[in-house]
Amino acid sequence: MILTSSLATFGRYCLFMRRVFALPDRGRIFLRRTVQEISKLGIDSIPLVIIISIFIGAVIAIQMQLNIASPLIPAYSVGLATRDIVLLEFSNSILCLILAGKVGSNIASEIGTMRVTEQIDALEIMGVNSANYLVLPKIIGFVLFMPALVVICMATSLIGGYLVAVVTDLITVSRYVYGLQALFQEWYVWYGLIKSVVFAFIIASVASFYGYYVKGGALDVGKASTNGVVASSILILLFDVILTKLLLQ
Amino acid sequence: MIEVKDVTKSFDGRTVLHGVSATFYTGKTNLIIGQSGSGKTVLMKSLVGLMQPDKGQILFDGRNLLDMNQEQVKELRKEIGMLFQGSALFDSETVLGNVMFPLQMFTRKPYEEMRERAMFCLERVNLKGAEDKYPSEISGGMQKRVAIARAIALNPKYLFCDEPNSGLDPKTSIVIDELLSDITHEYNITTVINTHDMNSVLGIGENIIFINKGHREWVGDMSQIYTTANEALNEFVFATRLFQEVRKYVVSHEKSKP
Repeated sequence: MILTSSLATFGRYCLFMRRVFALPDRGRIFLRRTVQEISKLGIDSIPLVIIISIFIGAVIAIQMQLNIASPLIPAYSVGLATRDIVLLEFSNSILCLILAGKVGSNIASEIGTMRVTEQIDALEIMGVNSANYLVLPKIIGFVLFMPALVVICMATSLIGGYLVAVVTDLITVSRYVYGLQALFQEWYVWYGLIKSVVFAFIIASVASFYGYYVKGGALDVGKASTNGVVASSILILLFDVILTKLLLQ
Repeated sequence: MIEVKDVTKSFDGRTVLHGVSATFYTGKTNLIIGQSGSGKTVLMKSLVGLMQPDKGQILFDGRNLLDMNQEQVKELRKEIGMLFQGSALFDSETVLGNVMFPLQMFTRKPYEEMRERAMFCLERVNLKGAEDKYPSEISGGMQKRVAIARAIALNPKYLFCDEPNSGLDPKTSIVIDELLSDITHEYNITTVINTHDMNSVLGIGENIIFINKGHREWVGDMSQIYTTANEALNEFVFATRLFQEVRKYVVSHEKSKP
């Protein structure tokens, strides 16, 4: 039963994506809307990303220091471990799980409200491909801007760890900075960026799908928003495992 | 002219429209009336292509909507304007942005020309001066008028209105009715209005189609409705004491005429 309904939902999602990835009716309007979405979904998320990243970076550094304090482990390991945790998992997977809540619910509720207030019907009656007009700029805008958010997250997380070294006496600044540079693998950055692009697509498309097919009223928009966030979070975790296996092995 | 021939529609085995046939004339205000749940909204949604009937024909000046491919439907929709029950204005756009939207999507005119046309439409619905406001900043009646301006921006051949007076006070309802009637005659549009507002029925109903339990029960105009023998229609239209008194007065007045 669950399998059948999941397959049916996946089928509807594929058909929806086929409508979304059509050629836009008006190129200029599409570009304008994409820039608006970059601003709304991407640039508006920067403050949240910075705040979360600084605190999580600081916490990772403190926990590393407290848990790996041993005469057998070099002191710079704190910086090294903090860097690798941030680059490999926090700046992409965990960040995207957080953004699935913020951006995903924003997208699902916006499109869902347009559905229940007949704005999507109005677009259809005019002869506009509403899925393409509303959703494609969101997907393209968010996918394009996500790498920037990831880079900001990486930088501010490491700054968070640095601040711990500066403010407290848990770690020495020079050891922390040395650890950040030690045994650096550039591929980890690319790995994080590649994952984040896939996750951005999942967040924007799944949330749009749930919003687009809302039936009912305000209560149903809320439900669709929650379902969109839950579904995209699960898919992010699933693809995290798949991409890690594919890209790091 | 729009002709509906033998349209049937069912949901989960329950038939909502039973072979409905009707004609909607050009240059006239055509009203679909009926109780809630009678099937008039399904008929309206079938007419504009938001629902696919199980069988029948919907002919827009001889072109059958149900035989058209996606491209043909898209082309036809450029000839259609629609006014939704809740106005369905785009929240993120200003009043001017809403009216300019169809022009930007479907014409290749310079911006100034599109703006001029949008301002003309806004003037036509007496909304000059409100162009920079957002839908949330204007009243329900004004939102309806913006929706009318948007619907006529592309000079549609067909105008569909789903309960245009829903949620409006009687005075504003009359303004909207008169506006729709004037626009219909001025631009020679085939206007189809889905309503259960009796003021509209008796005020602008030039061609009235009464739907009852999914069947087309009665067709006529606003003058014929006072003397109809159709029981269901009488119960529906003259449900309130006020309208019963109006009918008595009109009928006795007609009889006393030489």
